[in-house]
Amino acid sequence: MKITVDADKCCAAGQCVLIAPEVFDQRDEDGVVVLLDAEPPADQHDAVREAAAICPAAVIEVQA
Amino acid sequence: MTTRPIAVVGASAAGLAAAEALRRFGWTGPLALIGDEPHLPYDRPPLSKQLLHGTWDPERLLLRTQEQLDPLGLDLRLGTRATGLDVAARTLTLDDGERLDCAGVIIATGVAARTLPGADALTGVHTLRTLDDALALRGRLAGGGRRLVVVGNGVLGCEAAAVARELGHEVTLVGQDPVPMAAAVGTAVGELLAEEHRARGVTLRTGVVDGFDTEGTTVSAVRLADGGGGGGVTRLAADTVLLAIGSTPAVGWLGDDPALDTTDGLRCDAYCAAAPGIYAAGDVARWEHPVHGRPLRIEHRMNATEQGMAAARNLLAELAADGADPQERRPFAPVPYFWSDQYDLKIQAYGPTAGADRVETPVLDRAGRRVLALYGREGRAVGVLAAGLPPRRIRALRAVVATPLPWEEARERIDAATATG
Ligand SMILES: Cc1cc2nc3c(=O)[nH]c(=O)nc-3n(C[C@H](O)[C@H](O)[C@H](O)COP(=O)(O)OP(=O)(O)OC[C@H]3O[C@@H](n4cnc5c(N)ncnc54)[C@H](O)[C@@H]3O)c2cc1C
Ligand code: SF4
Repeated sequence: MKITVDADKCCAAGQCVLIAPEVFDQRDEDGVVVLLDAEPPADQHDAVREAAAICPAAVIEVQA
Repeated sequence: MTTRPIAVVGASAAGLAAAEALRRFGWTGPLALIGDEPHLPYDRPPLSKQLLHGTWDPERLLLRTQEQLDPLGLDLRLGTRATGLDVAARTLTLDDGERLDCAGVIIATGVAARTLPGADALTGVHTLRTLDDALALRGRLAGGGRRLVVVGNGVLGCEAAAVARELGHEVTLVGQDPVPMAAAVGTAVGELLAEEHRARGVTLRTGVVDGFDTEGTTVSAVRLADGGGGGGVTRLAADTVLLAIGSTPAVGWLGDDPALDTTDGLRCDAYCAAAPGIYAAGDVARWEHPVHGRPLRIEHRMNATEQGMAAARNLLAELAADGADPQERRPFAPVPYFWSDQYDLKIQAYGPTAGADRVETPVLDRAGRRVLALYGREGRAVGVLAAGLPPRRIRALRAVVATPLPWEEARERIDAATATG
């Protein structure tokens, strides 16, 4: 799995961090998403897919 | 026998989330996504922010590219309106005359902008709900006239006023309520926003629109009824008027089948079901929130996605109920979330803040533009709102209102959270 984020579009909702805290974080200044792990281990994949689906700004893209 | 399709009506945030979730949760049969706008599903929140501002182009708003949609194998029908639903037979009628006999239907038709009588015929009077609306307004603002009157001081009116100020327009924000966004967030937070708008040069007015003055077919002023019974009016000269006076759920196309309750949105049970095989999601859906114990209809972006996913899951569970591998339907019990951006202020809220009977502001630092507000209903804390606080602390607030706690207990938890900040 490979994750990319389009941080410019992030509205700092923080939903990704609630769902997959080992993969996503937010910048302290403005809450914009920080990708902690672009190629997370398999046990994170479901959470990452869920975060990508739920992100209200279509920021997170997941490849295979 | 060929499998009947599942049809999702409304190709925006909730409809797209539902369609994707249907595939993710295992629906391999035909799947129709029907939307009356000509565009691929796009995102609305940036319409009153980056798009209106001119910093983003329309392509940036697309929720998915065509390449991302392709693997879903959708029967995607854009520019197509659903015009009727036979609830018992689960048959949809489309405006091209086609009838679709469906296995299930998810209704995600959202809401439409309210307008005022006669406004549609006038040049210079706009609403803001769709991409086409936003581009038309952006074009009008770029056209030379500098005076904008925004009618309606809810979230949308406030955001548009902020952008227009940043673009250098003379902006008057008119509301029936003297405090902006008071219905959504209460007066304390509303006052803080009012100060911010005034400091940025927006003129705030209270009043009820009585009509428009025109030159030919172009608007030249907004008339406000003065009230007090004297019949007097005030005129606000305007080159452009934005009507941001709320919205109406798009349920008209459903007709008046007694199987559906369409008073203020489509009424659903806790599973987002409006009738057997018929589900709803997003701005159009009024469903029984199992934790809050009352029907809620939420016009916020996050809910559209979450409810689209929930409706998809529950529809599939219902369809599979007599099959080999039955799944339980799950009540939809989200912690509602919304945000609004005005100037460089970002407001974020968890839980239903509208309809509160009690509001307190444990943090209210006007100069520092920091606020934390707690919203209560019938003795329990149901919502929390924050601006100007670190993201970590805002996320932590969600837990405080995830299940409504007795007011005092929630207050203590908030105080503890703010003390360690
Ligand atoms: C300008 C603006 C700014 C916003 N900003 C924020 C924000 O900052 N934060 C936030 O939380 N929320 C915000 N929102 C709200 C958020 O965008 C909505 O909650 C969200 O779009 C709801 O999605 P939906 O899919 O339920 O409905 P909609 O987005 O309204 O989509 C419904 C779709 O169905 C189509 N349709 C209707 N009837 C039919 C029919 N009969 N047949 C076929 N298609 C039909 C409509 O044309 C539309 O395309 C904003 C909304 C607007 C308009
Ligand atoms: S969920 Fe999306 S919008 Fe929210 S912080 Fe994460 S990436 Fe940003």
